[in-house]
Amino acid sequence: MGKVTTTPDFQNIVIDIGGLPVIVRTADPAFLGLLGNRYAGFLGSSEHAEFEFDVELTPPGTVGAEDDLRVFQRAGRWSAERGDFRAEWNPTSNRGSIRQSANPYSIDAVLRIIHTLVLSRQGGFLVHAASAVRNGRAFLFAGVSGAGKTTMARLAPEEAILLSDEISYVKRQEGGYSAFGTPFTGELAKVGKNICAPIAALYLLAKGTKNRIEAVTQVKASRALLANILFFAEDAELVRLVFQSACEFVDRIPVYRLTFVPDASVWEMIA
Amino acid sequence: MTNRRYVVRSSEIAARRLGDKMMIMSGRDSTLITLNDVATIIWEAADGSTELEEIVKSKICPAFAVEPNEALRDANALADGLAGHGILLLSDKPFWPSSLSKESK
Repeated sequence: MGKVTTTPDFQNIVIDIGGLPVIVRTADPAFLGLLGNRYAGFLGSSEHAEFEFDVELTPPGTVGAEDDLRVFQRAGRWSAERGDFRAEWNPTSNRGSIRQSANPYSIDAVLRIIHTLVLSRQGGFLVHAASAVRNGRAFLFAGVSGAGKTTMARLAPEEAILLSDEISYVKRQEGGYSAFGTPFTGELAKVGKNICAPIAALYLLAKGTKNRIEAVTQVKASRALLANILFFAEDAELVRLVFQSACEFVDRIPVYRLTFVPDASVWEMIA
Repeated sequence: MTNRRYVVRSSEIAARRLGDKMMIMSGRDSTLITLNDVATIIWEAADGSTELEEIVKSKICPAFAVEPNEALRDANALADGLAGHGILLLSDKPFWPSSLSKESK
């Protein structure tokens, strides 16, 4: 008599950020529930999913020793590795697998990587920036940690709709650029609203003693933007595409330096 | 020994003019460089078949009213710097015949 084997009963969830549905399959109902809570507001249907990952859960600390993130192509497959996860996928079928422990931060990192790769070929990017929609237009506030992204998000007036307090999603669309809400949170830990709006301006944040908006040259704008764009892949062609995307963006979207005091009055200048 | 130098733009970079400045990014190490006016002229004229000295005489000297020997010295230093960043490739021979532009190869 042959050996009886059992196949894990996989269930899936579709995480739809920026209009890119990603199916995540797992045999662990608890992890599925955790993802459902983590990405509430960003769940979609599997009908048009563009990526599909099987998640194999492992005990913490059993995936790899390296803390540094590496994203690279080898033998025709993309790989992303960090101490807490290892992901691999076929760039043609967009199907692959993730080995990680049952924490949402690992899969969050994988999703960010997927989106940076997809966006790099579409003229878009993820950027360290808070973003919010006001009067139907999106405003981005970029800066390194401590520059004031969370502060700007926290001070936003009631009618402003928060897209993200940490990582903004910029997509090239016909006629310009749009910002999409993301579940990628910073200190505010407040998930953005899953909507999109045309981008009106990008502000480079600096804290000061008085509110002030100043124009910046395109060179300074592109340097600052590039310094804040998330991109992880060791891939010269994609690096060049990201560079072109940043230059194209500053060519089309007004970029200003916003020096501000941390109170609600700064938002009187944003409209 | 020859003093001839030919320069050609690396294919591993991305370049973009923003306003009046040329920006270059290395695809190899993501280094970002903003070229000054002279470096921009050299970079734009670096077709692999025109001597650096000719670029200096025909483009840099007229634009900046500078003495040719001094301009060539500066241009050589700039070309070395750009080559160090992997933006330009240098050779004492043409990279291809002048009748064959890079675009037609």
